[in-house]
Amino acid sequence: MKDVEQTIRTYIAENMLFSGNGYPYADTASFLEEGIVDSMGIMELVMFVEESFQVTVEDEDLVPDNFDSVSKLASYIRAKSPPTAKTA
Amino acid sequence: MMLVQHFLENSADRRPGKVALVCDGQRLTYAEIEARANRLANAFTASGLGRGERVALYLPNSVELVIGIFAALKAGGVFVVINHSTKYHKLAYILNNCQASALVMPRRQVDWAERLLEEVPFLEATVLTGRARAEREGMLSFEAIQRNCSPQRPEPVNIDRDLACLIYTSGSTGDPKGVMSDHSNVVFAASSIIEYLQNKENDVVNNVLPLSFDYGLYQLLMVFKFGGTLVLEKGFNYPAAVLKRIETEKVTGFPGVPTLFALLLQMDLSKYDLSSLRYLTNTAAALPPSHIEQIRDRFPRATLYSMYGLTETKRTLYLPPKELDARPGSVGIAIPGTEVWIEDEHGYRLGPGRVGELVVRGRHVMRGYWGDPQATAARFRPGPFPGERLCYTGDLFRMDEEGFMYFVSRKDDIIKSRGEKVAPKEVENVLYGLNGVKEAAVVGVADPVLGEAVKAFIVTDGNRLSEADVLRHCRAHLEDFMMPKYVAFRAALPKTSSGKIKKTGLA
Repeated sequence: MKDVEQTIRTYIAENMLFSGNGYPYADTASFLEEGIVDSMGIMELVMFVEESFQVTVEDEDLVPDNFDSVSKLASYIRAKSPPTAKTA
Repeated sequence: MMLVQHFLENSADRRPGKVALVCDGQRLTYAEIEARANRLANAFTASGLGRGERVALYLPNSVELVIGIFAALKAGGVFVVINHSTKYHKLAYILNNCQASALVMPRRQVDWAERLLEEVPFLEATVLTGRARAEREGMLSFEAIQRNCSPQRPEPVNIDRDLACLIYTSGSTGDPKGVMSDHSNVVFAASSIIEYLQNKENDVVNNVLPLSFDYGLYQLLMVFKFGGTLVLEKGFNYPAAVLKRIETEKVTGFPGVPTLFALLLQMDLSKYDLSSLRYLTNTAAALPPSHIEQIRDRFPRATLYSMYGLTETKRTLYLPPKELDARPGSVGIAIPGTEVWIEDEHGYRLGPGRVGELVVRGRHVMRGYWGDPQATAARFRPGPFPGERLCYTGDLFRMDEEGFMYFVSRKDDIIKSRGEKVAPKEVENVLYGLNGVKEAAVVGVADPVLGEAVKAFIVTDGNRLSEADVLRHCRAHLEDFMMPKYVAFRAALPKTSSGKIKKTGLA
C-alpha cells in the first residue's frame, strides 16, 4: 500500500487546514489537543478513510486510539485493509 | 446565603469519598477536588488576586478546568471560561475586555501566554497546566501549586450579590459580550433546573458540551450542587466512546443539542446498553419532530426534555415531558419560580396565537453585559418594581391556549450552528481582514446536522482568491463552530437603497 501517512497528511492539509504548504504537525500530534481536526472534521475523516482506502469504519472503531493522529489512523487503516494490500 | 463554591464544599463535607468527576481517565472524589481547588485558590490569593477580579480559564474540558472554576470562586474571584478553540486575537480581546487578573492555560501554548503577558496589562498571574520540564519565569505551574500550596479551605470573602462568572456570547455587533451572573443568579437557576429534572444524588450526568457554553457549565454546577457524578468528555468527536461510557458509568442524564442527536440517530445504538439513561435534554435549537419521534423510539426508557434558554437568563423554558405527545413543537413553560410573557413592539402583552417578543422575569435574569451599559439597557429593561430588570430575549414566540410557548424566529440575524450562536458580523469582520475581500456577507443556510450552516458570500477586489484561501484565513481567526461550510464568490452583492448589503435572498 502506498504511503498511507502521506495520503492522510495531504487530505487534512488540503481539506481541514486549507494549507498551501502541507501538513505542519508531527505524525504523532493529537488531532484533538492540537485543534487540527474538530468534531465535525472527524466525521469527514471517516468518509475519507472509507472512500480512499476501501475500509468500513464501524461505529466502535471511532475512538481516539484509532483516529487521533496521523500515525494512529495509518495503523488503523493498515490493520483493517485486506492482507494483500499490506505487502503491496 | 449560598455561594456557588458551596456547591462543591457542601458535597465535599457531606459525601467526601463519593466520585464527583470522571474525566481524562481519572476518577476524583469530592474531597480530592475540594483539596485541589483550595490549593489553587490559595495560590491565586497569594499572587494578589482580589475580590471580584476576573480569572480566565482557557482550557479544554478537563480536571484542571473544573478545579480552576471552583478555585476562582473560593478566592473571591469571577471565573471566565473561554472556549478552547478560540484563536489568539479573540482570546486577547476577551482578556482585555474583562480585564483578567489571572489566566490558566495549557503549557503547550506557552508562546501565547508570553505574548498575552505583554498585551493584557491587567494580567498578574498566569498558571500553566501540564508537565513542565523547566519552570517559566513569571508563570506559575499548576502541578507545583498542587504540591506546595495549602489544601485549607479559604474563608469566603464575597456575598451572593457579587459576580460569580462572566459567560461570553456572540453579539449582533460582532464583538463578544460577557454576560454577568452573580452568585444568587447561578444558585437560583441551578436550583430551578434541578427541580424540574428531579435530579438526585444518584444521578450520573455525561457532559460532552464545552464548559465555555452555559449549557455545559451548568451540568458541572448542578451535579456538584445535588452531589451526583459528572462524566466530563472533551467533546463529541468520538460518539462510540461516549456511548460506551454511558454504558460503563451507568449514566442517567445526557444533555444534547440537535446536532448531537442528529449524529446519534445515524448510529446503530442497539450495540450499547443505554438502559441506565433516565433523561435526555435538548436546548439551543428545536429538535425536528421526526427526530423527537426517533429519539423516543431509540431511548424508550429515557424521558426527553425540550428546553429553551439564552445565556442572559440561563434557562428560560422547559416542556414537562408528559406534554411532549400533545405539543411536540413546543418548548414549554417558564422554569420553576419564574414567569414569561409575549409582548408586541409597543409593550402590550399578547394573548394566544399572536407573535411577539418573549419577555422573562425572575431571579435568573442576569446582571447585564460586562462593561457595556448600552447593550445592557437594550436587553435588560426595568421591571414592575424599583431596581428589578426583565430580560427582553430578542426572540419571537407565540403561545397556545394553555400557555405553552412556541419559538417562531429571532429578531436579529444570529445564526445557530451546532447549537451555538454565530454572529454573521463577527465572521464578516474576519473576512474583511483578508486581503482581496472587497465585500462579504454571511448567512445561515439549513443543514440537516448542524441546524444552520454558515455560508459566506464574497466579492473580491480583483485579486484572485480561492475557497481554500478564505477558509485558511477563517481557520486562523474563528472558533470551529463559526467556520463557513460554504464559500461563494459573486461579482456583486445586492444592496438596499441606502447602499447596505441586502441579505434577503442570499442563500
